[in-house]
Amino acid sequence: MDLHHTPTAAVQTYSPELRALLFGYTLQLADTSLILGHRLSEWCGHGPILEQDLAMANIALDLIGETRSLYQYAAELEGKGHSEDDLAYLREAVDYKNPLLVELPNGDFGDTVMRQFLFDGFHLFLLKELQNSPDPGLAAIAAKSFKEASYHLKWSSEWIIRLGDGTEESKRRIQKALANLWRYSGELYTMTQTEQQLAQSEFIPDYATLQPQWDAHVARVFAEATLEVPQNVFMQQGGKTGRHTEHLGYLLTELQYLQRAYPGLEW
Amino acid sequence: MLLDTTKVTAEENIWKLLEEVSDPEIPVLSILDLGVLKKVQVQENGKVQVTITPTYSGCPAMNTIAADIKLKLLAEGYPDVAVNLQLSPAWTTDWLTPEGKRKLEDYGIAPPVEPEGDIHALFGRDTVVRCPLCTSENTKLISQFGSTSCKAHYQCENCLEPFDYFKCLK
Ligand SMILES: [Zn+2]
Repeated sequence: MDLHHTPTAAVQTYSPELRALLFGYTLQLADTSLILGHRLSEWCGHGPILEQDLAMANIALDLIGETRSLYQYAAELEGKGHSEDDLAYLREAVDYKNPLLVELPNGDFGDTVMRQFLFDGFHLFLLKELQNSPDPGLAAIAAKSFKEASYHLKWSSEWIIRLGDGTEESKRRIQKALANLWRYSGELYTMTQTEQQLAQSEFIPDYATLQPQWDAHVARVFAEATLEVPQNVFMQQGGKTGRHTEHLGYLLTELQYLQRAYPGLEW
Repeated sequence: MLLDTTKVTAEENIWKLLEEVSDPEIPVLSILDLGVLKKVQVQENGKVQVTITPTYSGCPAMNTIAADIKLKLLAEGYPDVAVNLQLSPAWTTDWLTPEGKRKLEDYGIAPPVEPEGDIHALFGRDTVVRCPLCTSENTKLISQFGSTSCKAHYQCENCLEPFDYFKCLK
């Protein structure tokens, strides 16, 4: 289908250096929403109840919609004639720049909810600021996805509270999920060189200004959920610079299968 | 070359024709009711540029809508049509026309309700939504996510029927 976004005229006025930085950043955002969207879509037909199966599929759909806009824009910034499909399907694991958190396996429903919750807050507060980027391409995508991401964070926050302040078993499981996943939350806010340079020129927010909002929201929800945040945890990182867990390779094998078996197939 | 008046008439005519293109997921709504059709431009060479905007980022209906626009215009004598997708300004339920909201309710889907506070507030009461079947306001939210991206799932405590709510997006 030849339905594509209207090109962003401003791109033509950017220096090659700025284009390269924005390309790298847009690609990183696209990889992040693609990988998490794919993980959530693995729940389709396996959710604990129908309504939550639908909820996860809907959130996956929003994320993959955002992904498509981002890959199309990345291709435009790159200017080498690649398509969104080339970028999504024809790169190796080391080329993906998503944070480790989003590639981790689904685990049980509690693990998935916790992974989602840690990401949703970061995502929402980032999009909120990114709407004001002087780059019209990123600003438009952020403004669109910001509206949807509010619903995502409400959903995951409510489930954290319900499971934490729920039965003995749900509490035990969600506390365990927090203990396992907390160490991946730091990477969200650790800025890469690309992010630092774009923040210096005010194309994207400095993540240090986002974190207090996230800290406050996360603390409030964990308090209501009667959950304890692990202390003195060594924060894992690597995904944003291409050093991934073994899980990403398996995920990509499935994600890229169709495109590798039938080259050129369109989305 | 088309005269200016001819161009204006052609554009008005196309807007009218596109009233017959509907949302494949909610067939009672035209793309005009939904506020998805943004711009129609007829170029000097007769080529038609139609601009649409997606309701949700991942809305799978957009490709179908684009194909339906082309088919409709082809049938009406406009063979050269391009459909463009525009993200900004981002779609909001404020663009649903009053007529569109009425059609939704008649169809059994509760139309969006203006939220009392900040729609992005992360905690707060659920919106009171009127049952489209018995008009009772004694309803409860089952899930913010429903049968399509744009809908939440509610249940009426009066007539007990489950129903879709076209949720507010701002
Ligand atoms: Zn009712």
